[in-house]
Amino acid sequence: MKLLVCIKQVPDMESKFRIDADGVWYDRGDLAWRMNEYDEYAVEQAVRQKEQAGGDVTVLCIGSDQVKETMKKALAMGCDRGVHIADSHSYMKDPYQIAAMIAEFARDKGFDIIFTGMQSQDRGSGQVGVMLAELLDMAAITTIVDYTYDNGSVVVQRELEGGVKAKVKAALPVLVTCQLGLNTPRYPTLPNIMKAKKKELLTIEAKMLQSTDSMQKTVKMALPEKRVGGLFLEGEPDSIADRLIAILKEKTSVLA
Amino acid sequence: MKALLVAEYRQGKVQESYAELMAFSGILGAESSMFIVADSTVALPRFQGTLYVAEVSRYDEYNPEAHKSLLLDAIAQEKPDMVVFCHSSYGWDLAPRIAVREKAAQISEVIAVEDGKFIVPACNGKLRRTLTGKGLLTVVTIQAGAFSLDNLPDGIPNVVPVVGDYEGMATLLGYEEAKLGGVDLTRAEVIISAGRGVGKPENIVMVEGLAKALKGEYGASRPVVDAEWVTHNRQVGTTGLTVSPKLYVACGISGAVQHLAGMKKSEFVVAINTDRDAPIGEVADVFAVADLKQLLPVLTDKIMAL
Ligand SMILES: Cc1cc2nc3c(=O)[nH]c(=O)nc-3n(C[C@H](O)[C@H](O)[C@H](O)COP(=O)(O)OP(=O)(O)OC[C@H]3O[C@@H](n4cnc5c(N)ncnc54)[C@H](O)[C@@H]3O)c2cc1C
Ligand SMILES: Nc1ncnc2c1ncn2[C@@H]1O[C@H](COP(=O)(O)O)[C@@H](O)[C@H]1O
Repeated sequence: MKLLVCIKQVPDMESKFRIDADGVWYDRGDLAWRMNEYDEYAVEQAVRQKEQAGGDVTVLCIGSDQVKETMKKALAMGCDRGVHIADSHSYMKDPYQIAAMIAEFARDKGFDIIFTGMQSQDRGSGQVGVMLAELLDMAAITTIVDYTYDNGSVVVQRELEGGVKAKVKAALPVLVTCQLGLNTPRYPTLPNIMKAKKKELLTIEAKMLQSTDSMQKTVKMALPEKRVGGLFLEGEPDSIADRLIAILKEKTSVLA
Repeated sequence: MKALLVAEYRQGKVQESYAELMAFSGILGAESSMFIVADSTVALPRFQGTLYVAEVSRYDEYNPEAHKSLLLDAIAQEKPDMVVFCHSSYGWDLAPRIAVREKAAQISEVIAVEDGKFIVPACNGKLRRTLTGKGLLTVVTIQAGAFSLDNLPDGIPNVVPVVGDYEGMATLLGYEEAKLGGVDLTRAEVIISAGRGVGKPENIVMVEGLAKALKGEYGASRPVVDAEWVTHNRQVGTTGLTVSPKLYVACGISGAVQHLAGMKKSEFVVAINTDRDAPIGEVADVFAVADLKQLLPVLTDKIMAL
């Protein structure tokens, strides 16, 4: 079975973000980078699928050279080979353009199951996976929190609002977008990290793929306006606790 | 400007979120029409305008391929400038398919409109982006709760049936309801919630301890529930509970939109977080910039001693 998992490298969300000089994205210097959280579930599920029914897992990532670090983690988690689409401007591309690049790579490869994250943490659009399936004319099931494979079909649980889940079945080929809590991603072990170093990591220059026009334009990026009225308490825990108790006494009835 | 709004129907009911779509198109000053796959003999959304209806008995509540094709038919008839979905399990599933087929921009999770441009959150809510579509048609999904009407819209729509021979690739086998029971967080007057910032399951007791001292309940953000440190009946947020206690204390919770949606109606909100920029600050009345592991025990002791 041929499996593809698409991952994105994103900044640690606890970073201090600044706006870049052009005012349309965050400043990319001085950030710690990691695998998009949703994509960790995708990698884990792809590897489990392979462990269950055999096959070969390709991990694909579009981005600058630094994304290779994140790809190595996916290889150490059990993906067999990496495809890095080198594009130092990928962060300026819209979801359609990203999906179109992946589709062009994947089109003639006959992948049976494609795993993506439900959304990327920095852009949060939740589009690339579904668009990719649409471009490849394959079934797509979004926001899965449970996954089983049996005899040429997957049966998954889609997470809906208010705690309801929908059980859905589809025959291969299929693309699934992975939601938080789908599984517990494994930690790469040291031997697997060493093994990963020897795995194939192919780089394809983005300019070798056909380019598509962007459909949307970012006018600006900004920090949200600070809420007026919110009070910050800083200092030693002891003094914060005293001030907080005084505030709760004054402003709420819970300590009455 | 014309907006085609995509209403939702689930488990035999029209979802009231269609009012949010109306509120959004109202802000844009757009002329609204609507699309829904529903049972027209039972109930349809009420509003004034054209309502494209496909019968759920024929196309099922979940069948993305068929729903996509039916919606494309409605778009061909209506020729809107914009197709608007809720940013929900139905909307984010269907919207990108429409965007690809129509070669349209999709702008996800709009929270506000400024001069006709769309504002969306980025980086877990820490940043805001302003976007516009470039083509003739723009597909938009709107954040739950960001736009609202005071009352549900009223009126009798002009129903236009949509039909076609459309098959699907995925089949809905059934629904599973959340297993709640036990504690009822929605009735608690004080809720102290644990986020990923608690670090490890053993630290949940600190959160529980403060909850006890304040005669309240403890809750949690999703990662804490996913990791099974706390049971799902205590999860606050879009895929958990919506709560509105007198006091909500968010301990080590960043304040992602899906969490905020579940607790922002609380009367008084305290955040305890080491990251001063955490978006929970947007709804917090008091923000204690502190390590919860240090602050919680001290705070609990002092409250017990009152
Ligand atoms: C469709 C969908 C539905 C979702 N539904 C829900 C939902 O119902 N409920 C929900 O909560 N989430 C939901 N989420 C997930 C949501 O997007 C966030 O991922 C989640 O809320 C983050 O949880 P958190 O704040 O606990 O963790 P994080 O975002 O990781 O934040 C941890 C915070 O702890 C702080 N911290 C770290 N160490 C300390 C310390 N020692 N002391 C104090 N602070 C510390 C950090 O600064 C950070 O702000 C949903 C997501 C999607 C896509
Ligand atoms: N640059 C990228 N390279 C590879 N996969 C990506 C990239 N961007 C997004 N994806 C995939 O598409 C999913 C949804 O991303 P998004 O539409 O940006 O929210 C992610 O979880 C990834 O699986």
